[in-house]
Amino acid sequence: MITPQERLIGAIARLIVDPSAPPARHIAVGAASPIPAAACWLVKKLGHDVRLSLLHRPSGNPFTEGTRELFDLTGQGRIDLFFLGGGQIDGHANINLLGTGDWPGTTARFPGSFGSAFMYMMTPRTILFREEHSARVLVPKVDMISAPGISAPGVFRRGTAQALVTGRCVFSFDGAGFSLASTHPGETPDSIRAATGFSYAEAGTPPTTPDPTEAELALLRGPVCDEMLATYPDFCRRVWRRPVSDSPNRSAA
Amino acid sequence: MQHDTLEALAARVPDGAMMALPPDNSLSPAAFARALVRRGVRGLRLLGVPVSGYATDLLIGAGCVASVQTSAVTLGEAGTAPRFVAALAAGSIEVIDATCPAIHTMLQAAEKGVPFMPLRGVIGSDLVTHRPDWKVIDNPFAVGDPILLLPALSPDIAAFHAACADRDGNVYVGRRRELATIAHASKSCLVTVERIVDGNLLEDERLAPGTINGLYVNAIAVAARGAWPIGLLDEYAIDAAHFAEYAKMARTEDGFRAYLDRYVLSPAAVAAE
Repeated sequence: MITPQERLIGAIARLIVDPSAPPARHIAVGAASPIPAAACWLVKKLGHDVRLSLLHRPSGNPFTEGTRELFDLTGQGRIDLFFLGGGQIDGHANINLLGTGDWPGTTARFPGSFGSAFMYMMTPRTILFREEHSARVLVPKVDMISAPGISAPGVFRRGTAQALVTGRCVFSFDGAGFSLASTHPGETPDSIRAATGFSYAEAGTPPTTPDPTEAELALLRGPVCDEMLATYPDFCRRVWRRPVSDSPNRSAA
Repeated sequence: MQHDTLEALAARVPDGAMMALPPDNSLSPAAFARALVRRGVRGLRLLGVPVSGYATDLLIGAGCVASVQTSAVTLGEAGTAPRFVAALAAGSIEVIDATCPAIHTMLQAAEKGVPFMPLRGVIGSDLVTHRPDWKVIDNPFAVGDPILLLPALSPDIAAFHAACADRDGNVYVGRRRELATIAHASKSCLVTVERIVDGNLLEDERLAPGTINGLYVNAIAVAARGAWPIGLLDEYAIDAAHFAEYAKMARTEDGFRAYLDRYVLSPAAVAAE
């Protein structure tokens, strides 16, 4: 029985290793991102030569100058791939982490922009990930832009969204708009259209998002889960029924 | 350096001060924030470096805060920062949104004593529109290259909780060396520590790189487990159950008052600190 989370992890892992995308030699993963983090670990455990910098490991944080070092690295072009989400995401791949209504979020307030306004523009590619796929989240136009998906000519940026992965489908992004790349099992082009507030391209019937292979599932449920336990105990328990006490890295406190 | 009590350290923060705080994963001074609530400080202008968490939400809920400049306010795995969201909705605080590297850069400009520094990216974000103090200019070294300039920012006070200090006021922050930038950029620096150690941290080649020179540090108080419910380096882990309890209680004004009574204001809570 493959869980929905395992399918999302597998889909993100395939995007990471997509040979048509810029190479991902060094991937950074921000806070509260168990599914992107698991996808990165899967890629690494599959034997790909990638360096992972996971910002919120409780021990063994790779940086000695905190997130400032992440931003300096990214400014220099030393981070190849990052993940972003959004309280709202629109058809131009603009993301809104601020809120809805009037500035700065008088109707509903989200946490804030974090480093998105910088990371989205300075990283050669970004995978957008948002599990909730609804017309509330995927809107025609975001109420406010934390980070733009497209920049005016002449504005320096190294890249933009490669794709948007949701709980229902994978959209690819070509620098101008989204197109439906695959639908997860149980979804149809009609169900995707009904749940999506922005317009996107559709070419014929898209394929079903493939399941992880047996080998990938074995890695996810074994060594990937081992790596994730200390940072995401609740996620590991929920998805893989792994008790927290198995954690090899958990601090003694 | 003389060591303050926790309450005496809190008394050094004047009403209306701009105070820089690190986020929950980087030496946040939680016990100090609770002492500030007890001291009844008002009108603080908080700066999240670069984001804000428990201490900021607590101070906002207790009515200590006039404004918060930050890149995000979050309780991490425990979710939304409820008192921040409530105060924003009620219009009782001013929220000045930023993005993480912009806050680092503004402090780095202050650290260097230069009036501004450039930062890549950000152009096209609505943040630029809502920050009249941020300016986009043409790169003077190239043609057709707009770039963002950020003003130097020098907080009145930097406050954080570290593992230890020595009697010369040197403070050990370990791998969280971004704290040095906050200390360098701020006009004064107030620190709580788990313990005072013998000897001089800067004389130890292994510890010196993770040590902030006492030159920048104005006062220190010992606060054992002073980061709780946040974790501290390799010394103790975050108390996730308490974070969840805070997140739940702080959902309502009454619940937040009950939290303050139980964990901040009660004699037992004070004695525990």
